[in-house]
Amino acid sequence: MPDRQIFHSVKLDRDKCRGCTTCIKHCPTEAIRVRRGRAQIISERCIDCGICIRVCPHKAKKAECDPPERLGDYKHKVALPAPSLYAQFRNLDGADRVLAGLLRIGFDAVWEVSRGAELISEATRRALAEGSRPRPAISSACPAVVRLICIRFPALIPNVIDLIAPFEAAAIAARREAAEKTGLRPEEIGVFFITPCPAKVTAARNPLLLDRPVADGCLSMTEVYKRLLPVLKDIKDPPPLARSGAEGIGWARSGGETSALAPDRKLYVDGIENVISVLESVEDGSLSEVDFIELNACNQGCIGGCLTVENPYIARENLAGLLRGRKGSAAPAKPEPFAPASLRGAKKLEYEPIYEIVGDRAEAMEKYARIEELRKELPGLDCGSCGAPSCRALAEDIVLGKASEDDCIFRFREKMGGGAMANPDEFLPPPFRREEKE
Amino acid sequence: MPEVRLSYDIDGDDFSSAGEASVAMKKALRQMGIEPETIRRCSVCMYEGEMNAVIHAGGGRAEVLVSPERIKITIEDDGPGIADVEAAMREGYSTAPPRVRELGFGAGMGLPNMKRCSDELDIETAAGRGTKITMIVRL
Repeated sequence: MPDRQIFHSVKLDRDKCRGCTTCIKHCPTEAIRVRRGRAQIISERCIDCGICIRVCPHKAKKAECDPPERLGDYKHKVALPAPSLYAQFRNLDGADRVLAGLLRIGFDAVWEVSRGAELISEATRRALAEGSRPRPAISSACPAVVRLICIRFPALIPNVIDLIAPFEAAAIAARREAAEKTGLRPEEIGVFFITPCPAKVTAARNPLLLDRPVADGCLSMTEVYKRLLPVLKDIKDPPPLARSGAEGIGWARSGGETSALAPDRKLYVDGIENVISVLESVEDGSLSEVDFIELNACNQGCIGGCLTVENPYIARENLAGLLRGRKGSAAPAKPEPFAPASLRGAKKLEYEPIYEIVGDRAEAMEKYARIEELRKELPGLDCGSCGAPSCRALAEDIVLGKASEDDCIFRFREKMGGGAMANPDEFLPPPFRREEKE
Repeated sequence: MPEVRLSYDIDGDDFSSAGEASVAMKKALRQMGIEPETIRRCSVCMYEGEMNAVIHAGGGRAEVLVSPERIKITIEDDGPGIADVEAAMREGYSTAPPRVRELGFGAGMGLPNMKRCSDELDIETAAGRGTKITMIVRL
């Protein structure tokens, strides 16, 4: 079994958590339980998709990033802005203004992640032409999706194109370029990714396809936005810093990665529930006529990441404005001398069998049968009062020794002599009463 | 000898619900520690069976029996039956009505895909009395 991840960007703020059941109901991997009045994240199940951050009514879930003060640890600081950053600003006249702004808020250089994206687009075109992979080929760009495939759709691991992420390609190139231009040692150069989501923070710390991290830290897009906003309007005639074309910047939204590919049969899907449903179809063999699938865990793609500021639909329009009249790919016209020699992953994705009940199959089957029995005995209300997302999940937790049958308030009530009560309805809240009170 | 029985109703009214039994079965097999590739084969068998039951028979029933040696998937319906089983086994042979084919389904790959993904396939069918397809995937 591969090493399970220890670090997760998605964290709980214990002081803010009220122990409500909103997050457990929305988590797509059933990774949260409520215990002793607080949510608890089951580390190996969490894919850092950020759904719980979005739905928490008490803002008790957060995405941990690096503090901007970390920039001070390095002699030369390079910003790697995700293209979704540009989409946060209305009426932006070009990426140059944002890049110039980054140089005013503490960075010495910029290296656009969209340039990295163009390198990955080119590598994807080559990988698809090779045709050695089972169809449909699946993009590895969204780390939440890749983790989801590793825990829930392992049969589709061979379909995933094993290319590193655009921000990783950008980080490697940025450090090499900075080292050459400044004469500094690579470790004196700080390369910071400005991220739209927690999944990328986790992936930067524990790379999915690389042996070791290539960025020195991740800054929250919200945090950087706050610092940029006051300086942007003061920039007169920003210098031409932007090098990438519409192809790379387009990666910020769902469909961007796909539009950089030849007009084969391709599909782009966003939103974690849609992603799951399409992956089920791929597994069932009902999408075998499709050549390529782009999957983004967030609605509208990276512009919908939970560390962005702007509503994703408005961000999409902002981005469209920015791309209007912009040339397609800059990559072939401007070769990247500092690009990594290989964009292929250094390690393989592995199945993480976290949903397996126990390693021994006969025992797992026996336990599964017991789960089914228990599930039928439970009320099926999925009320969440036991701290599990559904009666079924409680049945699993009970059989695995992580919960007790008494955790179900309805079962417990019965056990405490519910049958002897003159009118059991008296003791139930309105949704569960059989008759309306007078 | 442990044996786990899973049963699902295949709703014939809702075209889009085809695939639900496959999703539920996959979850169960994953929990029981079945290998990913075996799960994928079972999911193709189940999905194609569900589609056939919805397209041709207005729904049906699916049952999965899991034992340490094999997974047995049975899909049964009370539809019109398969008139020519030999023809139905040929790739591209389809009797799906035009309204289904217009939706992109009924390409005549259902039974061939089921045969490809299972180790044994058995079809019991009689005109007007329905169809029972049994597939075995060995572990």
